[in-house]
Amino acid sequence: MNLFDYARAATLADAVASGRAEGAAFLAGGTNLLDLMKANLVRPARLVDITRLPGLDRIEPLADGGVRIGALVRNSALAHDAMFARTFPAVAEALLSGASPQLRNAATVAGNVMQRTRCPYFYDAASACNKREPGAGCDARGGHTRLQAVLGWSEHCIATHPSDFCVPLVAFDAVAEIDGPRGRREVPLEELFLLPGDTPARETVLTPGELIVAIRLPGEAAAFAGHARYVKIRDRTSYAFAVVSVAAGLRVAGERIVEARLAFGGVALKPWRAREAEAALRDRPLGRAAFAEAAALALRDARPSGANDFKIELARRLAVRALERAAQRTPARLPPLPASVVNLV
Amino acid sequence: MSYSVSLTINDVHRDITLDDPRVTLLDLLRERLDLTGTKKGCDRGQCGACTVILDGRRVNSCLALAVACNGSEVLTIEGLAHGDVLHPVQAAFIEHDALQCGFCTPGQIMSAVGLIMEGQAGEDPERVREAMSGNLCRCGAYAGITRAVLQAQARMNPSARAGVAA
Repeated sequence: MNLFDYARAATLADAVASGRAEGAAFLAGGTNLLDLMKANLVRPARLVDITRLPGLDRIEPLADGGVRIGALVRNSALAHDAMFARTFPAVAEALLSGASPQLRNAATVAGNVMQRTRCPYFYDAASACNKREPGAGCDARGGHTRLQAVLGWSEHCIATHPSDFCVPLVAFDAVAEIDGPRGRREVPLEELFLLPGDTPARETVLTPGELIVAIRLPGEAAAFAGHARYVKIRDRTSYAFAVVSVAAGLRVAGERIVEARLAFGGVALKPWRAREAEAALRDRPLGRAAFAEAAALALRDARPSGANDFKIELARRLAVRALERAAQRTPARLPPLPASVVNLV
Repeated sequence: MSYSVSLTINDVHRDITLDDPRVTLLDLLRERLDLTGTKKGCDRGQCGACTVILDGRRVNSCLALAVACNGSEVLTIEGLAHGDVLHPVQAAFIEHDALQCGFCTPGQIMSAVGLIMEGQAGEDPERVREAMSGNLCRCGAYAGITRAVLQAQARMNPSARAGVAA
């Protein structure tokens, strides 16, 4: 780990002013940043500790039925907030399917959004990586691609975004509230993440000094609470990143779908919203036929980035499974292994 | 530049001066305060051997900067027992032979104490296993660990479960 200056920000204005300096990084839960610093992959000149900024650790219900989640709310605190889990059950399920209890207790919601890819070639300093060193090349191409992208990738980068939490957030139109040197702005979470293109080192639309202060879920998202699930395939029963994951939400009238939401994790460098599939589900009767058609549409543009064509079929099948689970009612209590396909419900 | 850090560790207040901001909470405990019960396993947040209770929540102390913990309360394995009277989780680990080499045990026990405080797992062994998934045991003592956690929880009254040092 390199030596750095450490400063604790007392106010948001402080944080923004310190954070815009060259080489500065914001420190919140630290679970990803310190790991990257220990690996010498990130070498900030200054750490701006934002953990004690006032007012950013609240979960506030909004008048429209939505919720505003302060940037510093811990992942576990959000998942176990009874009001939140009842209103946005797929988000709670995704949170509890990620990392370990210790990490969820430390990691913040904005930190979850801002975490870096876990591509093993990004993490291995001996491998070429265009994210770490623009122009160096991408050793993931032709390497092990089980956890790499099948949508939205480029020849320069085939990594995936590792978050579970962000998948239902994108499905349900979450918005990031951002503060920075030029003031406050809002960005739909889906647009916060950038696809790799030929600049994979640029990962989000945030500019130096900008930081997320809150994540907002709109009231419309709460209308899916009765039929909202997150399902995740991973290589271990627990405590593993997604090979593929799906967030699905339905609004249902009788046996008919009024509105659907569908997003995928583990398939691209951002949570992948499947809007065409959502449109195809509208006004269809609940059931496997409609779900399979929607799943096929969602993966229509997918292509393997290596020996990972299995992920395309896996994602299709998992989308059907997630929609089937959502079609049943959201369970009153999450199963023992949240989001797991090992559960029967 | 030096940094002053005030911490309450196992109910003892400590004022510490750090000459390096890179010191983790784990290294502060082990290398500067000689509290070596907390173990350094992977040092990357993956194994759980360094688990402590920080401000009422179980966390990996290897991924916390000591300087960022200023003003916090820390409970380590050394703070669990009352004299010769073991904490119920410690007693249950012995009773159920929930260890072999013992290296992961302090982290397992602190994680179990945190799990019981959180009160989410109930009496379901599957929920207990999932809630202990952040602690790896190379010897594979998991079956005994699950039994020990369930028994300790059953023996603790509600206030002991919610409180830190029972």
